[in-house]
Amino acid sequence: MQMQPMLLLPEIITFVGGLSVLLGGSFIARHRQWITRIATAVALLGAAFTAALAMAGPPQTAFSDTFAVDTATSAARVIAALTTLLILGVASGELAGAPRESDTYALLLFATTGVMILAGATDLLVLIAGFLLASIPLYAIVGLTGGAAGAEAAMKTYFLGALSGIVLMLGVTVLYALTGDTGYTRLTQALTEAPSAVVGVGVLSVLAGLLFKAGGIPAHFWVPDAAQGTGVTAATFLTTVPKVGAVVAIYRLLTTVSAENHSWLTVIAVLAAASMFLGNLAAYWQRDPRRLLGWSTVAQVGFLLVPIAATGRSDLALPSMLFYLGAYALANIGAFAVTAALPTLREVTAYRGLAKFRPGLAMALLVSLLSLIGIPPLAVFVGKFTTATAAWDGGYGWLALVVMLNTLLSLFYYLRWFGTVFSRPSTNAASLPSSGGATRWPATIAVIAAVGSLGLGISAGFFWDVLARSIPS
Amino acid sequence: MLSLIVFLPLVIATVVALVPGIRPAAARWVWVVISAAEVVLVGILWVGYEDPGPNKLAFDEQVPWIPGVNSSYHVGVDGLSLPLLAMTTVIFLAAAIYALKNSDRPRTQTALFLFLEGVSLGVFVSADLIVFFVFFDLSIVGMYFVIAGWGHGNAARSALKFFLYTFLGSLALLLGFIGLYVFSDPHTFDILELVASTPLKNDPVAGGVVLTAIVVGLAVKTPTVPFHTWLPPAHTDAPATGSAVLAGVLLKMGTYGFVRIAMPILPEAWQNWAWPIIIVGMVSVLYGALVALAQSNLKRMIAYTSVNHMGYIILALGAVGLVIDDTAQARSVAVTGAIVQMVSHGLITAALFLLAGLMQSRAQTYDMDSYGGLAAPAPRFAALFAIASFASLGLPGLSGFIAEFQIFAGSIAVAPIAVLALPGILITAALFLRALQRVFAGPTQGLSIGFADLHGRELWSIAPLLALSLLIGIVPQTILGVIEPASAVLVNIVGR
Repeated sequence: MQMQPMLLLPEIITFVGGLSVLLGGSFIARHRQWITRIATAVALLGAAFTAALAMAGPPQTAFSDTFAVDTATSAARVIAALTTLLILGVASGELAGAPRESDTYALLLFATTGVMILAGATDLLVLIAGFLLASIPLYAIVGLTGGAAGAEAAMKTYFLGALSGIVLMLGVTVLYALTGDTGYTRLTQALTEAPSAVVGVGVLSVLAGLLFKAGGIPAHFWVPDAAQGTGVTAATFLTTVPKVGAVVAIYRLLTTVSAENHSWLTVIAVLAAASMFLGNLAAYWQRDPRRLLGWSTVAQVGFLLVPIAATGRSDLALPSMLFYLGAYALANIGAFAVTAALPTLREVTAYRGLAKFRPGLAMALLVSLLSLIGIPPLAVFVGKFTTATAAWDGGYGWLALVVMLNTLLSLFYYLRWFGTVFSRPSTNAASLPSSGGATRWPATIAVIAAVGSLGLGISAGFFWDVLARSIPS
Repeated sequence: MLSLIVFLPLVIATVVALVPGIRPAAARWVWVVISAAEVVLVGILWVGYEDPGPNKLAFDEQVPWIPGVNSSYHVGVDGLSLPLLAMTTVIFLAAAIYALKNSDRPRTQTALFLFLEGVSLGVFVSADLIVFFVFFDLSIVGMYFVIAGWGHGNAARSALKFFLYTFLGSLALLLGFIGLYVFSDPHTFDILELVASTPLKNDPVAGGVVLTAIVVGLAVKTPTVPFHTWLPPAHTDAPATGSAVLAGVLLKMGTYGFVRIAMPILPEAWQNWAWPIIIVGMVSVLYGALVALAQSNLKRMIAYTSVNHMGYIILALGAVGLVIDDTAQARSVAVTGAIVQMVSHGLITAALFLLAGLMQSRAQTYDMDSYGGLAAPAPRFAALFAIASFASLGLPGLSGFIAEFQIFAGSIAVAPIAVLALPGILITAALFLRALQRVFAGPTQGLSIGFADLHGRELWSIAPLLALSLLIGIVPQTILGVIEPASAVLVNIVGR
């Protein structure tokens, strides 16, 4: 029964950082808002640094077993913090000097805190807290940065999010009513004695809520609309960071409920397959690159759920999932950053000839998209083949087959995009925006993310060792 | 040494791609110089090569990559891969010399082809499934950009088809690799360890599934009937250098995968599935030859003869799976024939595609009926084309004969039904003679009028390929001495 608040240092740093940016931003003149940007970056770096330090230590729990600080949490914290840092770079292009600049940064920090809590929660009530803290700032970000088109996106996100929150809480209520407890360790035992049909309702409801955060079937409708309708900062953030927390949370929930009942693994396998197929097929005919990426993230959630189906059966499950999360985050940010650097191009066909006029940006986009497909030696490839291996190792050979099939399906629409980029320019190529100005930042981030994808893939062995060092049972 | 050979072109490619200030002429010569250096390096390798013995590799290098899944950067060569390594460097040098006149984005082209050379060599030296897959997949990406960027006709569509098809193949391959990992004990991706432990030895069902995945993956790349449909459009619309590399080098990755991965790791499954594989090989031989016979587009015709020639290799390798007593010698001959065929086909077809490319660049068409009597204005062109055709149809004295003779001698000894594939040689002979007649014989007419003959650069690019084919044909011992010990080892492993 120890509090050990210091174990939550990364969350505390992020949250306090958010508060100070919010308050400080109100007293800083518009043209000096860059100070808040630096404060945000410092808070995120601090959170990532302390989280990495925590990774070196042994797994611990805080607040009476309601929050686990283990490899999964630490990895999720590092990924979430560094990802948000990159998104800050994307945001600098869109938001510098905007009236809501510091507010947005504060909201990003709050949402990131929520994501971290979501990842570490080992108690259903803490899970609710994390869910709400990760969701509510998100509605505001979607609305704030989206302009007129963002209003619809914000409404959709809010309604679906509110519904999912209620469903999640309903599930928690049911599980609490059945077992009289909300902690995962005790749930594992108590659930075996409860009537399985009711347990099913409870777990499915919690799962549905978390899938909203992850943006997977069946709560995925908001993702493409939000990705298309809102500003690029919000689009990048909501398709990347919440997934980190939600996927780890789903992993923890599944570890708890599948210990005695393996059919839950099959449920996750089916959800993963459905997300992959739907996301990939829906992305096929999208013309807006951001909407295309929105659907592609739905498919990517499917890939991310694959290793969870091997929970407890394969040692590869957790490290491969965490690796995929990091790899996906990098590749996804890289692709979104390119759209941020070319804000006027809202059609895939408008990218024709980009390689001739902006070769660096074209290469960055190519690397990020190839990584999303899973071309070696880029980072997502390592994630993809290890997750497929984990699934097969865990007895789901068919899921590995589905992963390969969907990789092929996804090639088509990514190829449609980068094939256009590298084809010969059309006659009115002058419409391509030139470099410089506010788009310099997102362009830099795109290149950093692309180099990161390559580096993470090549040095996969090192990161794998870090992630696989201590596997919590 | 091997890492230097693989990474030298990759590093130079990166440098060339990143430095925009490189002048076109310099970029073209960088390609020539680096690929010549590669030829020299592989030559040094060849001189220092000694047969490493069963299930071992010479010039072995191993560095851990992802220890968590027992995958390491592990490279090495043996008698199966060394000839292919040498062939690859020669073909890239020929392509580099051929492209010396190219004015279309030479810097990007140099970077792309050096990248392709590095990954192709990487495939042939890999001793780890994941490293093999990395290079295998990257070769697809590189070739996609070659076809899409420098092709003609309906290049974008052909490139897309090429990418989708061969990517499907590579995914099937990856699935098979994962299967090998899952069923091996201890779990590993290392090829030598897998060969030693023969996973799935007592599990014919799972062994069959994993083998199917791997065979489909390799068959798409090879390609065999019925997975060949990507090949003709890709070849027809690719630039000449791209076609030469695609047919000469990339197709070999499929057939090489059989001898390096499928056969030694899954010997029992290979034996069980030997008959279907033999039949696929025979169908490819006959179908490829018959369809090639019906073409009027020269480049399409050469593309279909590739299907035919790859069919011989599949036939021979399938026959190796028929483990009948007292035939180890014959099966070893079949494997040797298959490897020689890979090298021979690489050299000859690269030469044929480069020659066909000249027709496109001079008269803008591959249509054979648009020419006639071309031998009069372009005697050197006609002579080289005739030599390449004869080599391709298996005339004694050239490398094609050595290869096909050994393939049939070895296959018929274990599977007499392979006789049925012999008409493939006859049809190939007919179609090449008919092509020679249509394009080169008779009065000079149509586009042949004013057709410039080969000049220095073109001659220096194409003639050495055919000279090597002649060398293998006359002094086969130069290459057989390297291959034969490795074939015997492979036959032993498959016969376990």
